[in-house]
Amino acid sequence: MLLIGACFLLPLLWLVLGSVDPAAGHGTKVPQQPGLDNFAAVLTPELLFRPLWNSLLLSAGTGMVTLAAAVLAAYPLSRYRSRFNTPFMYGILFGTCLPVTAIMVPVYGLFVQLRLLDSLPATVLFLAATSLPMAIWMTRNFMDAVPLALEEAAWVDGASRLAALRSIVLPLMRPGLGVVFIFVFIQAWGNFFVPFVLLLSEGSQPAAVSIFSFFGQHGAVAYGQLAAFSILYSIPVLALYVIVARGAGNSLALAGAVRG
Amino acid sequence: MAATHRTRQLLRYLPVLPAVLLLLVFLAGPVLWAFHSSLTNAGLTGRYARNPEWVGLENYQRLLQDPVFPLSLALTVLFVAGSAIVGQNVLGLALAVLMRRARPVVSATVGTAVVAAWVLPEIVAAFAAYAFFSRDGTLNQLLGQFGAAETDWLYTVPMAAVILANIWRGTAFSMLVYRAALNGVPAELTEAAHMDGAGPWQRLAFITLPVIRGSIATNLMLVTLQTLAVFTLIWVMTAGGPANGSTTLPVLAYQEAFKFGDIGYGTAVASVLILIGAAFGAAYLRLLRERNP
Repeated sequence: MLLIGACFLLPLLWLVLGSVDPAAGHGTKVPQQPGLDNFAAVLTPELLFRPLWNSLLLSAGTGMVTLAAAVLAAYPLSRYRSRFNTPFMYGILFGTCLPVTAIMVPVYGLFVQLRLLDSLPATVLFLAATSLPMAIWMTRNFMDAVPLALEEAAWVDGASRLAALRSIVLPLMRPGLGVVFIFVFIQAWGNFFVPFVLLLSEGSQPAAVSIFSFFGQHGAVAYGQLAAFSILYSIPVLALYVIVARGAGNSLALAGAVRG
Repeated sequence: MAATHRTRQLLRYLPVLPAVLLLLVFLAGPVLWAFHSSLTNAGLTGRYARNPEWVGLENYQRLLQDPVFPLSLALTVLFVAGSAIVGQNVLGLALAVLMRRARPVVSATVGTAVVAAWVLPEIVAAFAAYAFFSRDGTLNQLLGQFGAAETDWLYTVPMAAVILANIWRGTAFSMLVYRAALNGVPAELTEAAHMDGAGPWQRLAFITLPVIRGSIATNLMLVTLQTLAVFTLIWVMTAGGPANGSTTLPVLAYQEAFKFGDIGYGTAVASVLILIGAAFGAAYLRLLRERNP
């Protein structure tokens, strides 16, 4: 079993060793003169900060739009009984099964028609739509766990449904909402294909795409810098993952999320 | 009276509207659009970009005659079967079973290594896999220690390389699903079997696996759907080459639409992929309904 674990680590070893080796290539070796030159080389506004800023805008925007729409949608689905609920939830689950890579060609067509290519807000809306089904499922499950009795008490005191939702339900499900937000954020941060197709100008591309152009266009690639960039770009999602895994008690929060 | 009751019920569902609008415009819309433009000769640029013509089933007829399409379909099946159904699923289950017996330190360490490959952004994982398999990469260095000749893995066996890379990247999901499933197996069951003299393999085959068969079915379905959609890993490692040797359906759809500018034909490929996904999705829903009626 340790052997299997070692196999999983090997490809990552290149990333770590290469990033501190100014003379890195494809191979994995202990650097002869380890140093932070690679990190220094990529720490420039055009190379690193602007793409990371775009990634942040894209992921945070997607997270907020998704969360807002998911909370609104989850409320009636959780609080009212109706014969629409089950078909609706299954319909949404079915939506998660569609291969997103397959709809990128028609989405590109749609964006061309609506003149939305290269628009960060429009890309945020599309990413939000793709993560919504899972987010609605998770949010509804978290909302179901908040007892209705607490809300009813607030209504008796004269609070409206909206006020009860805001002051009673949402604070109680804050950890759950955090998980949903982080989950959506991580997915948007790591997404390559969607911005690759929809965001064409260099100024609006997130790190996932700029790292690809950097790698593909420089001919004789600076592998050490690529590795350093990869690490800097990965750190935020690794940190967020650790927060979720710790907070939820086990690493299953994410897998459970994907399972619905 | 009935009408106002109806209206009130509809009003209650008003908050669902933003989500439904987003889903309709950005998911359902493109799917319908895909089926529609697959019946036209829409292009990326030029005259057919502005005024596509209706060509009926011509694109689909072309699919059947195009030698690349059957190859690409076969490669997709190979990729999903090899990396998801066999690789991720079996390895994930094996790791989950082994982790229960191993010492906590060992299982935590191995678990972290497996999950790390999964949590990393897709593009970073793809670069790492590319470097690992490239001519002067880590794999050849390792094999060189045993005196093996250098092989250009990405060129000679591109499918094997991307399948292994996807196993590396995706096994964590199956491992986590199976760890949860195994935790749900009642201890009394396996203990009773142990008392009756069943060995570890027998307990696994006759007690544990039958108890978690629902999770196995769910996991198989989900890893299939995830793997069906993999694009970035293959695109970075081989770009579908050499000579279409690793062109799965998502890669083919992308190439036809964006590299060759044939949106109509590209969406025909995408439509086939959507239909395959929909078939698996329908089967998945059926499975869930049977499990919790």
